[in-house]
Amino acid sequence: MTPRIALAALCLTGAATLSHAADPHLARNLAATCANCHGTDGHSAGGMERLAGESRDTLLRKLREFQSGDKPATIMHQISKGYTDEQLELIADYFAAQR
Amino acid sequence: MLNRRDFLKSVGAVAAGSTLTAGLAGCTGLRAGGGGHVVVVGGGFGGATAAKYLRMWSGGAVNVTLVERQASFISCPISNLVIGGVRRIEDITAGYDQLRTRWGVKIVTDEAVGLDAARREVRLANGDVLGYDRAVLSPGVDFLPQEVDGLAGNEERIPHAWKAGPQTVLLRKQLEDMRDGGVYAIHIPRAPYRCPPGPYERACMVAHYVKSAKPRSKVLILDANPDIQSKKGLFMQAFTGAYKDIIEYRPNSTLVSVDAATRTAELDFDKVRADVLNVIPPMRAGRLIDSLGVELLNQRWVDVDWLSMEAKGAPNVHVLGDAVFPTAMMPKSGHMANQHAKLAAAAILNLLAGEAPNPQPLLMNTCYSFVDDRNGIHVASVHRYDADKKTFLPVEGAGGVSVAASEAEGKFALAWARNIWADMLA
Repeated sequence: MTPRIALAALCLTGAATLSHAADPHLARNLAATCANCHGTDGHSAGGMERLAGESRDTLLRKLREFQSGDKPATIMHQISKGYTDEQLELIADYFAAQR
Repeated sequence: MLNRRDFLKSVGAVAAGSTLTAGLAGCTGLRAGGGGHVVVVGGGFGGATAAKYLRMWSGGAVNVTLVERQASFISCPISNLVIGGVRRIEDITAGYDQLRTRWGVKIVTDEAVGLDAARREVRLANGDVLGYDRAVLSPGVDFLPQEVDGLAGNEERIPHAWKAGPQTVLLRKQLEDMRDGGVYAIHIPRAPYRCPPGPYERACMVAHYVKSAKPRSKVLILDANPDIQSKKGLFMQAFTGAYKDIIEYRPNSTLVSVDAATRTAELDFDKVRADVLNVIPPMRAGRLIDSLGVELLNQRWVDVDWLSMEAKGAPNVHVLGDAVFPTAMMPKSGHMANQHAKLAAAAILNLLAGEAPNPQPLLMNTCYSFVDDRNGIHVASVHRYDADKKTFLPVEGAGGVSVAASEAEGKFALAWARNIWADMLA
């Protein structure tokens, strides 16, 4: 896939995923709250887990395990509890669509 | 370990080979520059982030001019490691080049000296006038040294080092020059002030330095507040543990006056003579805010509409970061300023397109602190918008602090810095 086609696919999946949200950019905005630590759009600058392009299922499983305490954490158990299930799904969709 | 090369690399790393660059030109189909002009004043954690995200999220359709008086960004977070002697000022310094070359932000290195809200113009020190559709002000804090007798004009003798840069280097130099057996005293103003855990982190980093270099020295924390303002238990562990013979914490220590010649601090009921006296002055929103003509809360901070960060009483002007009157449990931190910036960028793009701002914004904060050269601690919180109260409330059951200081969190603290610097500048 050429970069241009990959990019077009990214735009389409992004648009399709967000269509049910209240603000059309809600997923983007929510995901941006993660970028301080995990890099812009999940492209980590190093030392933190990369979220861009990770599968939706993996992201959601990890986030829910952080919430429940099943996955040991220094901080993510505290942060993940601040987001609703619906918000976490939007965030997971958004990062899964990043390349 | 993060050195200058690592910082510059981390700020540059995301640029190479990422789809983000292509996304600016390719994703929206909008022609560059047709979507309005936003002037952003202040290139710190708030302003730089707003400038980048306005360009990125508009696909280049919105023109952005960033006005910043310093040629380079110098980070307050991590600057206490420079004061403790485990990092250099170069390690926390970076340029604005990538905002210009990669994101197409127009960078103006000058000071904004006025804003005319009716004419939608920002006036610069060099006389230039910048017209805007919307303005973003992220002016940080200005100090009020005149509130402490004898302090104004003496910041060379009595540094604050509460804006990273020459003051950081100066305080480090004074500590290096201090005799073994000397007293370093730091005064903390009443909350709210920039970076709630910062003074306690600084006390730890100075104690870490003198513990090996000048072991007979003392660190005295003179806190105007009745208690430690952030991560209390964790800092207390450090004060009464590793630093029990060095650090003394004195709450309710209101500073009345200072004598610069003798570096004496006069408190309500006491006098302290220090070898290095570090007074963090009382502070307020950066003075550019005064040109808005709005009433400041507590005469110091800007009241904003939390759905857009628009200043109340100043249409089309969005205010971010430390200058804002905070909601419950919302710290004045670089991390929070970055989050404000993204909320404002999203709202501005909606408003420029004739749409309402996102009615369900969310903010989160993380503040890492070091207790020595390796071990870190954190406080985190998540804030949801409450439509009835029209403000942000901390999400109950979320957030919290570290169990104990750890090397793992020291590493995360440095990784946090690399990533947020890249998020705002690269």
